[in-house]
Amino acid sequence: MTDVLIINARLIDPASGLDAMGGLLVRDGRILDVGPALGRPDGVEVVDAGGAVLCPGLVDMRAELGEPGGEYRETIASAAQAAAAGGITTLAALPNSELAIDDPSLVRLLRARGEETGSLTILPYAAVTRGCAGKELAELGLLREAGAVAFTDGARAIGSAHMMRLALAYAAQWGARVVQHPEEPALAGSGVATQGELATRLGLPGIPAAAEAMMVWRDIRLARMTGGAVHFAHVSTAEALALIRAAKADGAAVTCDTAPPYFDLNETAIGDFRTYAKLSPPLRAEADRMAVAAGLADGTIDAVASDHQPRDADDKRLPFAQAAAGGTGLATLLAVTLVQVHGGGLPLMRALEMLTVAPARLLGCGAGTLARGAAADLCLFELEYGWRVEAGAMPGKAQNTPFDGRALEGRVIGTWHGGRRVFG
Amino acid sequence: MITSPRHLLQIEGMHPPEIETMLDLAESYVLLNRSGKTQRDLLRGRTMINLFFEDSTRTRTSFELAGKRLGADVINMSVSTSSVNKGETLLDTAATLNAMNCDLLVVRHGQSGAPNLLAQKVDAAVINAGDGTHEHPTQALLDGLTIRRRKGRLEGLVIAICGDVLHSRVARSNIHLLTTMGSRVRVIGPPTLIPADAGRLGVEVFHHMKKGLEGADVVMMLRVQRERMSGAGGLVPSPREYFRFWGLDREKLAWAKDDAIVMHPGPMNRGVEIDSAVADDPVRSVIKEQVEMGVAVRMAVLDILARGNRRND
Repeated sequence: MTDVLIINARLIDPASGLDAMGGLLVRDGRILDVGPALGRPDGVEVVDAGGAVLCPGLVDMRAELGEPGGEYRETIASAAQAAAAGGITTLAALPNSELAIDDPSLVRLLRARGEETGSLTILPYAAVTRGCAGKELAELGLLREAGAVAFTDGARAIGSAHMMRLALAYAAQWGARVVQHPEEPALAGSGVATQGELATRLGLPGIPAAAEAMMVWRDIRLARMTGGAVHFAHVSTAEALALIRAAKADGAAVTCDTAPPYFDLNETAIGDFRTYAKLSPPLRAEADRMAVAAGLADGTIDAVASDHQPRDADDKRLPFAQAAAGGTGLATLLAVTLVQVHGGGLPLMRALEMLTVAPARLLGCGAGTLARGAAADLCLFELEYGWRVEAGAMPGKAQNTPFDGRALEGRVIGTWHGGRRVFG
Repeated sequence: MITSPRHLLQIEGMHPPEIETMLDLAESYVLLNRSGKTQRDLLRGRTMINLFFEDSTRTRTSFELAGKRLGADVINMSVSTSSVNKGETLLDTAATLNAMNCDLLVVRHGQSGAPNLLAQKVDAAVINAGDGTHEHPTQALLDGLTIRRRKGRLEGLVIAICGDVLHSRVARSNIHLLTTMGSRVRVIGPPTLIPADAGRLGVEVFHHMKKGLEGADVVMMLRVQRERMSGAGGLVPSPREYFRFWGLDREKLAWAKDDAIVMHPGPMNRGVEIDSAVADDPVRSVIKEQVEMGVAVRMAVLDILARGNRRND
């Protein structure tokens, strides 16, 4: 592999706080040197960044893959293509695939399938309960040994307080987090939109926003009781964030992430029964959206994840209540987060931290840094490049983006994985 | 000689001299049993009833043998708990037994505290042969005797109790006896099988076998019920995972002292909490010796309680 020298880049590394013009030299797939004034060794391939931002490859801590079992929605190869286009080089895969990741051999399979793509490191989550069905504890110890980074039942909440208690106590044994989809299932019932005026007008069954806060409160309490660590995924309400903020201030082992739809869209996106905006948790009221945006800035939210959920067109071409929930998010993760930088006062360094080193630390992996010796997983993007999201013309197989038609600013122009250019 | 107790319901609350007296007397019965002699006049004319509300083979047989070697008239009663209202039956049974002028009543019951309740209602000396998840005092005494004979003492020894402490009456009795006698007791097991307040019982809590076994003189394994390891009521995921992390095999035993002994109250789940290579190790395993000590300890307990309960003397 020839050495690569990227010059004339705005280097941003949230792990070290670096934000300076300079270059980065890659050798044997690793970062050999980084800084303002690098020499130019003979025989290197030189890439002129033209002043674009060079940051660590993004670490997406929450994405669903079609494989194994739902290949008609998306294959790992097509997800890797979309990830590369979005600057993502490490992705934590949810276990609630058609074939649930609840056996050590499946954890190893997912890691290997990631390596086969050559462009994406896949970090598998493993199921908390067998089949993600919420009934029987999965073999957390053996799954952890096989390489599971944390435990979750994915899009399904661990509804039983008893099971959550067991899972937190037991997972703590291996220093692993339990990642919760915070939604009290009995209260959510068969709801498909946030309960409120809009859902009432549309005649759609509602899910009270409080369903999230209730589960968050319960699990913070269980984490304290057991000594376990809980992570709340795609937090979307002001009330839940207030609970998490208070628990963190109190020193509880609690972390959380959110996803771009929850700080960029509100419930009005489902107007006219747009099923591409049907998500789980559902899009919220504007006040909640603003609270999520504030949580990004003030540090309550640790990471931003794509919450990518590939759906087939036929999953979505249904009456709203019958359509599948979920939206794609790999290719838009960075640009939608940058909306908060351009217009919302979120510092760029903080935005990139939540997309790189922060999720890497939560997942216990060494990615998400430009440190010398680290794997050369890199993302090069133009901060002010304007473009428009267009469902049907996005990279990868799944096209169910909730951001269809959205004008965005900031676009990935180059992605490197292990020193190899995989996009741009 | 201290005053003889009226019942043996629990180890908790016993004082070191009481425990030592029982162990010393048991020691003499070990020698008697090995010599092939008996002392059939000691409990001649006394009636001992084995009242078992739970299935048991080894404990019941051990008590039966102990009673017969001392000359008692031994009667076994097995009572099914499933068919009748438990509380009512227990007191009805107590009244019936009282009318029969029973001297020694050995009780096993699935509910914690059942022998304590019986002891309030009968004239006989009540011996707890295991109640729910509370205590199993003669098991702790026989374990204490086994350790003392092998190691020469109890004081200062590091003793690791491993497995399902949450549901184990053997663990509770042993914790009380060994801490009372000055041993340093550790409990090791999955976080879901260790009581949240275990530390309050005067033991050190470990979840990793390696850390818990380091420097241990005695490794005491507990039986793990199958129903704890699968299904909706499971507290650990599977037997194979349990064995991988908490099953005692040669590799894990190597973390304890080189001369550490291995104990198990039986019956064993081979390949779950203990590997056969360890269970059957003639040097390290004292599991068969525990059974032998069981008879001697129960003879000593019957002897002492009968002294305190001589109705006609």
